[in-house]
Amino acid sequence: MLAFIVRRLLQAVLVMLAVALIAFAMFRFVGDPVNSMLPEIATTEDRQALRAQLGLDEPIPTQFAKFIGGAVQGEFGISYRNKRPVSDLIVERLPATLELVFAAALFALLMGVPMGVYTALNRHGFVSNLLQIISLIGISVPTFVTGILLILIFSVWLNWLPSFGRGEVVQLGWWSTGLLTISGLKSLVLPSVMLGLFQVTLIMRLVRAEMLEVLRTDFIRFARARGLTDRAVHFGHALRNTLMPVITIAGLQLGSMIAFAIITETVFQWPGMGLLFIQAVSFADIPVMSAYLVLVALIFVVINMIVDLLYFVVDPRLSVGGDRA
Amino acid sequence: MKQSGPLLEVRDLSVVFDTRRGPLTAVDRISFDLSPGEILGVVGESGAGKSLTGTAITGLLERPGRIGGGEIRFEGNRIDNLPPEQMRRLRGRRIGAIFQDPLTSLNPLFTVGRQLVETIQTHLDLGREQARQRALELLAEVGIPAPEKRIDHYPHQFSGGMRQRVVIALALCANPKLVIADEPTTALDVSIQAQILAVLKKLCREHGAAVILVTHDMGVIAETADRVAVMYSGRIAEIGPAAQVVKAPRHPYTEGLMGSIPVIGTGADRLTQIEGSMPRLTDIPAGCAFHPRCPCARADCAAVRPEPRPVGDGKVACVLYDGGGI
Ligand SMILES: Nc1ncnc2c1ncn2[C@@H]1O[C@H](COP(=O)(O)OP(=O)(O)O)[C@@H](O)[C@H]1O
Ligand SMILES: [Mg+2]
Repeated sequence: MLAFIVRRLLQAVLVMLAVALIAFAMFRFVGDPVNSMLPEIATTEDRQALRAQLGLDEPIPTQFAKFIGGAVQGEFGISYRNKRPVSDLIVERLPATLELVFAAALFALLMGVPMGVYTALNRHGFVSNLLQIISLIGISVPTFVTGILLILIFSVWLNWLPSFGRGEVVQLGWWSTGLLTISGLKSLVLPSVMLGLFQVTLIMRLVRAEMLEVLRTDFIRFARARGLTDRAVHFGHALRNTLMPVITIAGLQLGSMIAFAIITETVFQWPGMGLLFIQAVSFADIPVMSAYLVLVALIFVVINMIVDLLYFVVDPRLSVGGDRA
Repeated sequence: MKQSGPLLEVRDLSVVFDTRRGPLTAVDRISFDLSPGEILGVVGESGAGKSLTGTAITGLLERPGRIGGGEIRFEGNRIDNLPPEQMRRLRGRRIGAIFQDPLTSLNPLFTVGRQLVETIQTHLDLGREQARQRALELLAEVGIPAPEKRIDHYPHQFSGGMRQRVVIALALCANPKLVIADEPTTALDVSIQAQILAVLKKLCREHGAAVILVTHDMGVIAETADRVAVMYSGRIAEIGPAAQVVKAPRHPYTEGLMGSIPVIGTGADRLTQIEGSMPRLTDIPAGCAFHPRCPCARADCAAVRPEPRPVGDGKVACVLYDGGGI
């Protein structure tokens, strides 16, 4: 198991290096930032001075080495747009995005798993078929459409929930949380529903399919033959065996939700990293963009490792050696 | 309720599958009795309806399969039409089951101890510690060495034979009066089949359980069973004391089956003695289902379905023994 962890760590480092290279390459491919940072009338000396200040006059390998060195310490340079350290901007925005994504993931799991179990156990029921149809619609409607519909219904017509922003936030050290105020919680509802809705349908369909698969197995038939209650068979034996694929997919989806949060944050003007990224793109603010890229990749890699380790917790066949006799 | 009659009475039991092209009859009006403590062997080629008969008795038929008619009485009471919850209480408690493949019968994510304790506590009013104690005793009884250590192991840590011993312990943990063992050794290595059968036989005798032992191994039957039922195309061709059916088979199909006992332990899946194969459910011939393959077939075999008639100590469904006819 230790060898496995070491191997996974090495893989993770390689992945992060590759991502860092891409993030670094962006500096070279997207237009010269100096043009947009200085007024039209700036002199060549002004330009040279700014170049030197940003470190753009050094040889490329040196620049990359410096980039890696900085990235490891969380330093991504100065934002071209608002002239502040990128790390400060990220620290400001990260809590908003993470709270949004975890609320959405929680919503998706709390809705998706029970709905999947229900539709698997009552395969031919009316409610199951209805849920199946609704989930098909849920999968095929683009998320920004659901977002706009949610705003239309709950903000414009019913006036129950705010349509933009994070509401009031409270500082806990460097972490700004919206979870401790009424307006913060109310503001969280619509964005997390929008971000999580697609995942609800995905998880529901996954749990349903896995559950139906497991219910056909011999050990479920044998559990029934032993006279165990439906409750024990369904929730003790069957659900537990569907957990592996659900953990995998839920973990991977957590990563993609952080990426998809860009759309949600744009629709709801949610002050997270996604919004920061969109603003950076329109300004060719490369340090912010590359920092975002590296950070999202890091989150992906970390989640993947946690998922792999959870396998060992869930499945004894991996962790307990088979001294078969 | 104590009474002296048979433990299990099956009367005209049918199992049908509802398909788009109408119902298919997989088990066709079979009848037999089982006395307390008796071992009834059920033999026949694959697809004869052996497993379905067992599944119908345990009430575990799944759609589109269902009981199409007849009665099943257990300890004098009908159980074929019990509400699901009452049937569940009977399963494991009064009627145990053992399936073919020990590698897939156990939940891979739970220790064998947990699966035993869970089953024991479902049926018996025991605390956690007492249930665990009983689980340890059962593991020792089925011949698992060092039960105190093995009880906390996961199924994948046991070999096939050891797992089937665990399965036997699970089937017997609430002292059922009937155990339905569906080809309990077919999936196992030939060298350990006899051991497992011996364990099964010994435990069922000690716990006073009757056994329906499904197999297509005639050697197993000859050694283990008190009586034998021979099934063909969902019907019982012949049923009687093991010695009689094995040594002096009356039904031409049984004769063919016995002729194909090669060596003990080798399955008699393919019948070298009888030409052809068993018909599919969709084209079971009229009259006697066996007549197209039967060396003794007569003109009326295709017209009249033979009913089981007493012959010797058993019953045979064949016109040869119809005596006066109908
Ligand atoms: N789910 C099902 N749908 C349709 N036919 C089935 C189904 N399960 C079993 N059968 C049919 O029922 C017959 C008897 O099956 P079974 O009792 O399993 O035979 P065996 O004697 O080999 O145990 C076979 O012909 C099989 O094809
Ligand atoms: Mg079978």
